[in-house]
Amino acid sequence: MAKLRPKYLNLFEIKLPIPGIVSILHRVSGAGLFLMLPFVLYLLQSSLQSPSSYILFRDLLSSVLVKLLLLGLLWAFLHHFAAGIRYLLLDIHVGTALAPARASSFAVIGVSLVLTVLFGVWMW
Amino acid sequence: MKRIVVGAHYGLRDWLVQRVTAVIMAVFALLMLFIVVFHRPEHYGAWSALMSQQWMRLASLLFLLSLFWHAWIGARDIIMDYVKPDGARLAVQVVVVLLLVVYALWSIQILWGIY
Repeated sequence: MAKLRPKYLNLFEIKLPIPGIVSILHRVSGAGLFLMLPFVLYLLQSSLQSPSSYILFRDLLSSVLVKLLLLGLLWAFLHHFAAGIRYLLLDIHVGTALAPARASSFAVIGVSLVLTVLFGVWMW
Repeated sequence: MKRIVVGAHYGLRDWLVQRVTAVIMAVFALLMLFIVVFHRPEHYGAWSALMSQQWMRLASLLFLLSLFWHAWIGARDIIMDYVKPDGARLAVQVVVVLLLVVYALWSIQILWGIY
């Protein structure tokens, strides 16, 4: 019998191992950071352009919506940063065995979440 | 004329660029964290004085250009995975490149336009 091609996989049936979760979050966080670039550049511009734009910048930062956006961005940055360092280490053959690879995956997810929560507490 | 339209002739270079730009960004991010924590530029005067020093402008621009180049490689990888029709893929990639070029010019304007 001919096999049915193309094959469609049900993403919700696939159980990714923990390094796989780090990998897809690396992609998702990178895409999110890319999409938010104009917003970040706009914030940087308003913080630097003039004393009056700086006041606008402080007003923006005091809004709950912007704070939530920044927290999301911060998580994306921290996850991308930590996972990126993990990949650089894997490139030079550090931690490639199964147990350390799983442990470092948990560490990447944990560290970025904890730092995001701590920053959120400090910001509010 | 020998034209290679598929294959990994740019793969190793881009792989390396992705990592070199990542290290540049990581170093700058830690430097910025250090400066902000210890100097606490809490008002406009301190913040703009910090950012308008020539070495800081150049370091920030190096960071941002690394970011845009790194983002291009990542965005291109994602587009290649999910946008299959050639025309649509090319269109999306052109939009991403144009956006990143505009961001680079905008960055220069921001860094050298400090009041």
